[in-house]
Amino acid sequence: MTKSTSIVLSARAFERTVTRMADEIVERNDGIEGLVIVGIQRRGVQIAERIAARIESSEGSRVPLGALDITLYRDDLQTVGPRPVVGKTVLPVPLDGKHVVIVDDVLFTGRTIRAALDELADFGRPARVGLAVLIDRGGRELPIQPDVVGTKVDPPPGSRVDVLVQELDGKDEVVLTSGGAS
Amino acid sequence: MSSPLGKDLLGLEQLTAEQINLVLDTAVPLKEISERTIKKVPTLRGATIVNLFFEASTRTRISFEFAEKRMSADTVNVASTGSSVSKGETLVDTARNLEAMRIDMVVIRHPASGAARFLAERIESNVINAGDGTHEHPTQGLLDLLTLRDHFGTLKGKKICLCGDVLHSRVARSNIWGLAKLGADVAVCGPRSLLPNAIEEMGVTVFDRIEAAIEWADALNVLRLQLERMQAGYIPSLREYNRVFGVTRERLDRAPRDVLILHPGPMNRGVEIDSDVADGPHSVILNQVTNGVAVRMAVLYLLSGNTPQLAEAAKGSA
Repeated sequence: MTKSTSIVLSARAFERTVTRMADEIVERNDGIEGLVIVGIQRRGVQIAERIAARIESSEGSRVPLGALDITLYRDDLQTVGPRPVVGKTVLPVPLDGKHVVIVDDVLFTGRTIRAALDELADFGRPARVGLAVLIDRGGRELPIQPDVVGTKVDPPPGSRVDVLVQELDGKDEVVLTSGGAS
Repeated sequence: MSSPLGKDLLGLEQLTAEQINLVLDTAVPLKEISERTIKKVPTLRGATIVNLFFEASTRTRISFEFAEKRMSADTVNVASTGSSVSKGETLVDTARNLEAMRIDMVVIRHPASGAARFLAERIESNVINAGDGTHEHPTQGLLDLLTLRDHFGTLKGKKICLCGDVLHSRVARSNIWGLAKLGADVAVCGPRSLLPNAIEEMGVTVFDRIEAAIEWADALNVLRLQLERMQAGYIPSLREYNRVFGVTRERLDRAPRDVLILHPGPMNRGVEIDSDVADGPHSVILNQVTNGVAVRMAVLYLLSGNTPQLAEAAKGSA
């Protein structure tokens, strides 16, 4: 089988999608009171920054923005071989009583979000935790659901979904690669 | 299948600059864990670590224990007194017995140089050297490197001088190896009786006068003067040592730049270092202690999961 790639989101569509996600987050929270946006390392962090920037321009004030590195909470550390690189975790405010929205680039098995929920619990007791993802590609292995979804894709098994962001990859784009050696 | 550090951490002599930087880079994000309300991550849940201390140690043992607990490992402390060691059991027998109880890592402090390597070659568990004789104390070396790197950004071209009893100091040896690998210029300063013969061959500059060292250096790592050295005749008296080699405010005030002050502890205030220097604005002695926990967490993390059985299991699931 030959490899084929298709663009799920172009740069323009990427921007529109993030804008809509930001608006939906504010709508679901009925404003920005108590809202904390937390991006998951790595590309969730950049998407979270965009969402926070959009909220600032539409609502006129800044929401607290954090970053979560879930490496130390992974459930596969005993089998992955060489230790994965640990990134930075920064939570700017205490989470007790807040409405925390976790932001990630791709939701797949749900294991990353499971780890993120465990890690958040070590920082306090939020009133509510929500989940916003740019891409939901199905394939859940745990009972985890997103609240806000940018785009849903249903790729054939063995496919890859790559989210590229300007800050790290030089452009905003979401690419689906199917077939070929998986 | 091997971790980027290999099975054990025995010294900095065998590590590459890349491996040293990996430990330091891993330690940086781990510092944040100790600032949390719940100072614990589940990473080493289910791992058992034995702290095997054949020599008195407060700071290093406690630092390792904090690191282990903050990574959620289960820990057991074995000290030489009050254990079967005092009944004449050999090091290998002690370790094999512990291993028969299914442990994953051993942290060992031992008065004999080479004890950690001896053990590492004979047991399957990961071995971390917490100081062996006058040989090496790699985690202390790493935390000193991290503290210097935090401050200077890079060690390349930075002038670091180790002051005092270099001859008996495993901290000095680990520092010299580590600093040289990361591109720092290394010097030593102390009475000739406390400097190893031919230390110049390790590529270090020797200063006989502390004033000259202070004038040259960006940072001083002031080593503890073991008080027993005086009885053994290495130095005439503590007072004289302080007068000739003590790191004092007065001497630092004459330096052309601010000199960063490190000390591995425990300090003899008024001997190798004066109180107003130890507590002064350029002292990073307490940063060293904080960094010690993060560096040890990084080492535990990087070595963990590197046992042969786990590598096999990983292959099976791939």
